[in-house]
Amino acid sequence: MDNFLKQSWAGLRILLALTVVCGVLYPMAVWGVSRIPGLHGNAEATDTTLVAVVREGDKYFVPRPSAATLPASGGSNKGELNEDYTKKINELRTTIAQREGVSEDQVPQDAVTASASGVDPDISPEYAEIQVSRVARASGLSVEKVRELVKANTGGTFTTTVNVTALNRAIDAAH
Amino acid sequence: MSPTAAGLLQVGILVAALAAAYRPLGDYMARVFRAEKHSKLELAIYRVGRIDPDTEQKWSTYAYGVLGFSFVSVVLLYVLQRIQAVLPFNFGRGNVEPGMAFNTAISFVTNTNWQSYVPETVMGHTVQMIGLTVQNFVSAAVGLAVAVALVRGFVRHQTDRLGNFWVDLVRGTIRILLPLAFVFAIVLIALGVTMSLKSGVSVDGQVVANAPVASQEAIKELGTNGGGVLNANSAHPFENPNEWSNLLEIFLLLVIPVALTRTFGQLVGEKKQGYVLLGVMGLIWSAMLAVIWIAEENGLRPLEGKELRFGIPSSALFANSTTSTSTGAVNSLHDSFTGLGGGGTLLNMLFGEMTPGGVGTGLYSILVMAIIAMFLAGLMVGRTPEYLGKKLGRKEVTAAAVSILAMPTVLLIGAGIAAILPSTQGALNNPGSHGLSEILYAYASASNNNGSAFAGITVTSDWFQSSLALCMLFGRLIPIIAVLALAGSLAAQKKVPVTAGTLPTTGPLFATLLSGGIVLVAALTFVPALALGPIAEALL
Repeated sequence: MDNFLKQSWAGLRILLALTVVCGVLYPMAVWGVSRIPGLHGNAEATDTTLVAVVREGDKYFVPRPSAATLPASGGSNKGELNEDYTKKINELRTTIAQREGVSEDQVPQDAVTASASGVDPDISPEYAEIQVSRVARASGLSVEKVRELVKANTGGTFTTTVNVTALNRAIDAAH
Repeated sequence: MSPTAAGLLQVGILVAALAAAYRPLGDYMARVFRAEKHSKLELAIYRVGRIDPDTEQKWSTYAYGVLGFSFVSVVLLYVLQRIQAVLPFNFGRGNVEPGMAFNTAISFVTNTNWQSYVPETVMGHTVQMIGLTVQNFVSAAVGLAVAVALVRGFVRHQTDRLGNFWVDLVRGTIRILLPLAFVFAIVLIALGVTMSLKSGVSVDGQVVANAPVASQEAIKELGTNGGGVLNANSAHPFENPNEWSNLLEIFLLLVIPVALTRTFGQLVGEKKQGYVLLGVMGLIWSAMLAVIWIAEENGLRPLEGKELRFGIPSSALFANSTTSTSTGAVNSLHDSFTGLGGGGTLLNMLFGEMTPGGVGTGLYSILVMAIIAMFLAGLMVGRTPEYLGKKLGRKEVTAAAVSILAMPTVLLIGAGIAAILPSTQGALNNPGSHGLSEILYAYASASNNNGSAFAGITVTSDWFQSSLALCMLFGRLIPIIAVLALAGSLAAQKKVPVTAGTLPTTGPLFATLLSGGIVLVAALTFVPALALGPIAEALL
């Protein structure tokens, strides 16, 4: 017991010293570096296109379903054999098919499944494509113009995705 | 490029990067723990601690050091959370309630990083930085120290000294983790990870929480900790904005456990001894990646709980890597995986996390398993087993057995009680066998100090907070004490000369024995529980 207390006492002192180094100096140094212009980061996430939220109105592209309660992030955590949830997904597919005026088998999987973060910025090119005519109609832009904007906001190295946040801002800017 | 080709390309890049880092990092870590001199910063820390860095300790004093350090760490982290309301940068997030603060304190001190809290609404930046980030460093350094002490047990002979815990702890932190974390935090920022002292940012009219993410993200992966700065963890675009940051994070959580096999080879003076461990780790890691990847490709709705920018292959790659190390960070939600895919992540933890395992913990766990494997081989040929020139007698095998059995014992007791408690039903997010998998996963994650979750389960009741905390504590400390006792007993022995009767531990026979040991121990212990959870679900 004596040895335990002796070691705990030394441990507390060393922990406090390491707290100064790893808990104060280290994050402050990283924060300081993040202020360097030209690092090509966006540490404050100002005007970020990394996350997507639903925007009101038919003239905007709809991101993936979200199970998050903002400002916190999160997903549904529903398993694939969960029947209640399967029902919910099927209903959502019907709603989307009606909204976009397409058949249900044209609604891609990313349109009906909740992302892990709840703020997934991306949709598949297929989901973007079925939204084009609605967005064109509601925004007054031509279908060709909307397709062009979709294309300009499509990218990725290993996956090909459309950034909804950037795309919706491009729709705003096109007016 | 097809998704499969893209996935294979990413695996290829990852393996190439690990191969490039293997020798320099492994050799560097060996030098750190062999060095005679102390740096000025280290000497200053030793002065604050009033310890003599040049005095070596017996195994028991070394163990008291680990216990004492863990104890004061839990107390400090608990207190910090309980007084959060008066700390700066709390954004109105008040004192963390006692059960949650207790669970979280133990979770981060044991390198588990199980999170029963939603960071965006519970933790302010001060607790994140001076509490959680600090434990991300030092809990990993404790794992490194224990692994190095065990290796010294093999290397040294006829001594009762294993080194100095404080020196190993401080060096692991200052010379290994801190510089790597600093460099990679900056790389992460350049790739788009955020680093803000504000509480959130407005995006198209809605507020999304922000935090000092990058500094914690780097050490969260490097130290195989895994506690998300934000609730969605590495699925959140602020923590993991794109495919390259994703690949880098997977690299970071694997690199130290992988390179430690090189460090081990250097320290025992025979590099092949390390390569064979790496081979076994790599074999099981690759096999499990194939299982999880194929299972997810064939899921009913594989994109549920996954981010589109990662897709299925790199979600499977991350899931396999985070559960085979003791990280527990996630870039997709394992709870929404298929029965087989989710079962694969669970099985990775049930192997005891040594493929390649956590920082330090992976190395000492696989060495303990090697002792068990050599003991079984010795029984078969009727000869006293040896490993690395040390006899494996009653004391050594007992310590190894205690170390191996601690995790299944606390896991099955905890999960068993939870499964029969009436209140558990209401805590589950999914019905049927998947609900049981949620319980099993929670206790497997806690007992193995992983920290990932089938996160639909609600674990804020007093029962879950306290029972999972105890599983984390015993799952961490019992093996550590057993391993240090083992190290003490090995160090006291004479070195046994290699003879014609010595079973070589660098060849395929040993690799087979060791892989078989890892798989068999897990299978014999967990098949009944797995049959009712993920196996039943996969067959439905």
